[in-house]
This record gives sequence, C-alpha cells and structure tokens, in this order.
Amino acid sequence: MKLSTYNFLTSMAIKGVKVGFPLKLTISKKELVETEFNPTFVERLLPKLDWSAVYGAAQVAELAEDIPAVQPESIADNEELLQKLHHLLFEIDVLEGQLECPETGRIFPITDGIPNMLLNEDEV
Amino acid sequence: MARRPEHSAPPEIFYNDNEAKKYSTNTRIIEIQVEMAERALELLAFPDDDESRFILDIGCGSGLSGSVLEDSEHMWIGIDISKSMLDIAVEREVAGDVILGDMGEGMPFRPGTFDGAISISALQWLCNADKSYHNPHKRLLKFFTTLFSCLTRTARAVFQFYPENSDQIEMVTSQAMKAGFYGGLVVDYPNSAKAKKYYLVLMTGGAAELPKALGASAEEERRVNYIKKRDACRDARGKAPKKSRDWILAKKERRRRQGLETRPDTKYTARKRTGKF
Repeated sequence: MKLSTYNFLTSMAIKGVKVGFPLKLTISKKELVETEFNPTFVERLLPKLDWSAVYGAAQVAELAEDIPAVQPESIADNEELLQKLHHLLFEIDVLEGQLECPETGRIFPITDGIPNMLLNEDEV
Repeated sequence: MARRPEHSAPPEIFYNDNEAKKYSTNTRIIEIQVEMAERALELLAFPDDDESRFILDIGCGSGLSGSVLEDSEHMWIGIDISKSMLDIAVEREVAGDVILGDMGEGMPFRPGTFDGAISISALQWLCNADKSYHNPHKRLLKFFTTLFSCLTRTARAVFQFYPENSDQIEMVTSQAMKAGFYGGLVVDYPNSAKAKKYYLVLMTGGAAELPKALGASAEEERRVNYIKKRDACRDARGKAPKKSRDWILAKKERRRRQGLETRPDTKYTARKRTGKF
C-alpha cells in the first residue's frame, strides 16, 4: 500500500463510526519503489489530501523533517516540496503493518502490501 | 445455459488461486476483460484534456482493468474481495494500490476522493445472499451510498455486469437511484446473444444524457413512429361514439330502412333533457 492510498482510507464502514479518519498507521516492513515524478499530478492531488494525515504518515515513515507540519500556502511552485511529497506518497510501499480505527480501535492488518478492510458480521 | 459462477460459491471462495491464475494466463479472458474496461473508460466520458484522474476500480481482481486505466495515464485504487486475485495483481506489479474489501460493506474512502469509478463483471455478485446475514437490497444500498459519497460531484461510475434477469436490473438500479445517483442502463449490441453487454452508467452531478449504446441502431429503425394518420384511419373505420347525435341518427336511419315507425329528425334529436325530469 502506498501512503497516498493511506490518505484516503477510512474505517467509516464499521457500524457506529462517524469519521474513522485518520487511521493510525504502523509500519513493520516497507519497501522503496521508484516511480516517475509527475508534478502536475501531485499538484492536482493536493486539494484532495488531508494535510494532517500526510504529516502523520511522514512521521511514521521517518520522513517528518521533509514535510512541514502545517500546509504551506503555495506548494505548486515549490518544486522541492512537490518532489518530497511525491517520494512520500508514491515511492514508499508498506508491505507489512496495520491500520487502527481511531474510534473503535479495530485493527486492519496489512499483509503482502494489501490492507485487509473486511469486516465481521457484527461490525456491518 | 452455462452455470453462473455466482451460484456455485461466494466470490472470495470462487476466485481461488486456480481461478485467479486463469485471469493472468488465459488470453481470451484477458481480451474480453480489457475490451470491457476500455468501453467502461469511454463511458466515463472524461473531458478530452489528457489530464490524469483518480479512479476507483471496484472488483479490480488481478488488475486487468487497472492496466487499461494506466495506459490512459490515470491513477487508480482497486478493491476486491478475493485475496488470490489481489495477490496476482501485486505479482504483476500494477501501478495502482489494491485493497481487500467487500463491496456490500461499503467503500472505505474519504468523501470526494475519486474522479470516477469503474467496475467490470462484479456487480452481479452483490445480488446474491452468500451469508445468512446478507440482504442484497441493503448491501446494494450501502454500497451505492458509500460510493456516492467517495466520488466528486461531477463524477460518473460505470458498471459492466451480467444481470441474471430483469428483476436484478430493477433491484440494482432502484437502489442506485435511492442512493442519489442519476443515470441508467446502456446495452451494447442488444440484438446479439454473445456480444450483448450491460453497462450501468451512474452520475453524481445531476441528470445528463446517457451515452449511445453500440450496435443498437437496428432497433431504432424497427420502431414505428407515432403518426397522426393512424388515428385518422381509426376514425374512418369505426362507428360514432355511443349516445352521440351521429350514432342516434344512424340508428334511426336503420329503423326507417327496416320499415319501422320512426320519429322525424329535428333540431331536438339527441338533445339532452333539461333538469325538470
């Protein structure tokens, strides 16, 4: 799972959960994959991103010094930051780890790079 | 008729390692899947501006449809219930991320995430109750409402699916409308048994005209236009309406021809009596 996907995942599907975001991420095994840097795409994605979750992911991935804690006003012309965002969001592949629902504490395991969001009968 | 896979086992069991392997080796399956994914992408009707968009692939399986999205420079996230299929997708190193999840439990994404959604041959699985606590209507509604919220307000969702009968089409579309979607069914090649394909095209941003189906022109020609002449013909052929003046006059004329005693025709013939009686 890339960290860009992490930014969109919620545990809202669980019965009774209102927001379910951001999920608490734990990484036990990750891998670096090189992908082509596309500044316009990162730029287009920006309005959809939740910055606090971006920063949270950076902390877990030990890249916190690359990403400012508060979203800067203009990112579009900041090529260096865009590059760092690209690295954080698209080049870190979480292979093993878990996502924890902030409201219920339910744990969704990540195995072989695939987060398991399946629910049990009583959670639907 | 061929047995439907939905009847043999739930999707997470049916698409086991063995079945999943077919989707990476069988060229015929690959060809059909890719063809349908291309058509679904066309039906999404993105403006022609070469921008890459963020698309959700529901029932992505081994990522065959995702590869089509990649070819058009789009980013995608896939969701599927079969781990075996997703393992193949990871093995194939598809560009999109894949998530293990059940459509009927709702889409686990933040509101306004995706610019569009496609789904190839997955929706019919939702029409079955595979577990004792499954209710197809409720699962469909949950799926459509959560999908509606995770799409942007000008997005479309295109589902290629294999409905078993007209009741299933009705069930699926009614739940989609209940969730707030506009749109309807596009049937490609409606007159062919093999090439016939159903696409459910749903829109979030108000009603818009549905795209034209492929190979459907023959049907339109067969349809007879409504013409005024047909009404005129019917009038000429039929009798005058009962109790009308014409009908009474014709009746009296017939009696006269039969030599029966008949009152003469006057301006009072067939007039209504006043309220005095």
